[in-house]
Amino acid sequence: MNLLAQQLVNGLFIGSVYGLFAVGYTLVFGVLDILNLAHAAVFTLGGLSALWLAQTFGLSIWLAFPAATVLAGLLGLLLNAVAFAPLRQRADSHFSGLISSIAMAIVFEAMALGLFGARSVRFPVGTVKVHIWHIGQSVTITSLQVSIVAVVALLMVVLTLFLKRSRTGKAIRAVAENDRAAMLLGIDVRGIIAFTFFISSALGGAAGILYGLYFDSLAPDMGRSIELKGLAVIILGGMGSIPGAILGGLAFGLSEVLTVAVTGTSNLRDAVAFMVLFAILLLRPSGLLGRARMREA
Amino acid sequence: MEQITQFYAIYGSLINFIGINALLALSLNVTLAAGMLSMGNAAFAGLGGYTAGILTVHFKVPFIVALGGGALMAGIVAVVLGLPVLRLKGVFLAIATLAFGEVVRIAAVNLTVTGGAEGLTGIPNVTKPWMIFLTLGLAAYFLAVLRRSQLGWGLVSIRDDETAAACMGIPITYYKLLAFTIGAMMAGLAGAMYAHLSYLITPRDFGFFIAVDLLIYNIVGGTRVWYGPVMGAALLTALPEILRGIGVAAGPIRMGVNGLILLLVILFLPNGLASLMIRLRPTAQAPEASDHTV
Repeated sequence: MNLLAQQLVNGLFIGSVYGLFAVGYTLVFGVLDILNLAHAAVFTLGGLSALWLAQTFGLSIWLAFPAATVLAGLLGLLLNAVAFAPLRQRADSHFSGLISSIAMAIVFEAMALGLFGARSVRFPVGTVKVHIWHIGQSVTITSLQVSIVAVVALLMVVLTLFLKRSRTGKAIRAVAENDRAAMLLGIDVRGIIAFTFFISSALGGAAGILYGLYFDSLAPDMGRSIELKGLAVIILGGMGSIPGAILGGLAFGLSEVLTVAVTGTSNLRDAVAFMVLFAILLLRPSGLLGRARMREA
Repeated sequence: MEQITQFYAIYGSLINFIGINALLALSLNVTLAAGMLSMGNAAFAGLGGYTAGILTVHFKVPFIVALGGGALMAGIVAVVLGLPVLRLKGVFLAIATLAFGEVVRIAAVNLTVTGGAEGLTGIPNVTKPWMIFLTLGLAAYFLAVLRRSQLGWGLVSIRDDETAAACMGIPITYYKLLAFTIGAMMAGLAGAMYAHLSYLITPRDFGFFIAVDLLIYNIVGGTRVWYGPVMGAALLTALPEILRGIGVAAGPIRMGVNGLILLLVILFLPNGLASLMIRLRPTAQAPEASDHTV
């Protein structure tokens, strides 16, 4: 029983990182109806550049984290300029955008490999000071886990307020609703799309840093495992829905640990998640919180 | 003659893998012809490969029966999967078929009959190059004929506008399922030959990134004509060897070149390298008017 409680706690922590990753994914999908498969590569580069900043310049993680997040955001701008903006006028921009994002994912992964090598690396010892709290008999929570959830929650609150209240946020939602109408209303649609990529990639990079801190390991191919999980999460939550992505991330994290707890092995961990994804697609393609029309995209 | 023998001794396996990959690329092309973005063909190849391998290793059936069994298994699973899944469109179909691929891969890792994570070993190497290229030739001929057949035109009309196609009386569900199943059986056959070529088959041979590779072959080569996917598969399969020839070691640069080729093609040659050939031909037929890549 205590083991199960511990597993649930761990599931929530890793689930919040999945959620953060998926929010960036779903934000671009909501605005452009395009699946950005390079998101996982930005996730990797975000994590690795935080490590680089911490190691080379000796920055504390509290400085390296925001700096690497901005770097990841800049990668998003590059991604948009190279892979998405030139294709926007094309009749099949959904499909060709998907392909060019795959191309950029390969280029980014090659960059990560070239810059950081193929080995898995870790943050310098003492990057984060970890306190361990014991709750009840055998449930332990580390200060690192708490900080991760706090950071994710803070980012989500800021993002939600930004999208709901600020002028730019409202413009993003207008473009998501109907880009032509938004243009007629004098919104700089191209600028808004670029900015959306910036936010999306910054969040993806932030997720990469937190993931690297949580597992204490970073590798050029670490995005590969989360790429498919992120897809599962946004389908579960509903394409384009931000609360859905967070909820889906938590559900996915919990389902992973519960499968391990129930079956006793980690062999079937991903199988259950993908079965659920499959069932959701067939029974309720709009996801838990998504809009029904998205299905046609 | 001796030079040819020597050439084959060095590049034989590369040539065989070009054949297998071209066949896999063509199998995806069948579904792309109907505008269906299936990421499941790698998994179908895996199903075919494992089925054929198990038939050979555990049941000692003749090779031709194993090949047929592999293709048949892929076809049956395609019908069962396709009936519910083909209602989905665009990226949703892609994601559903990706999920299917992952489930197949995880099943292969966990079952004992498939040999777990290390894969199924001890498969005899009985696939001959002529078998691969004969099958490839037949598949290419099939696709060339398909374009001009009733089914082919039906698929094109489904790709361009499914609702309009339905209004014209085209049996959409039947045609889509047919294309999906034909593609799956072709992939299953390719997988079966692959298993009997490389002595073993592992879950890694047919994962997500192989599914992406098949899509890349089609895009780089061009999806509109039968020789497009073949060109794409041949070029990208041979690329590591070509790069090694000019002194680029394995690693980030080789990977980056792969990505850049794909990027350049999608940006500047939306209909793939094959469209380059059509453009260069002096009495070129006007390329199809619509701008769709799928």
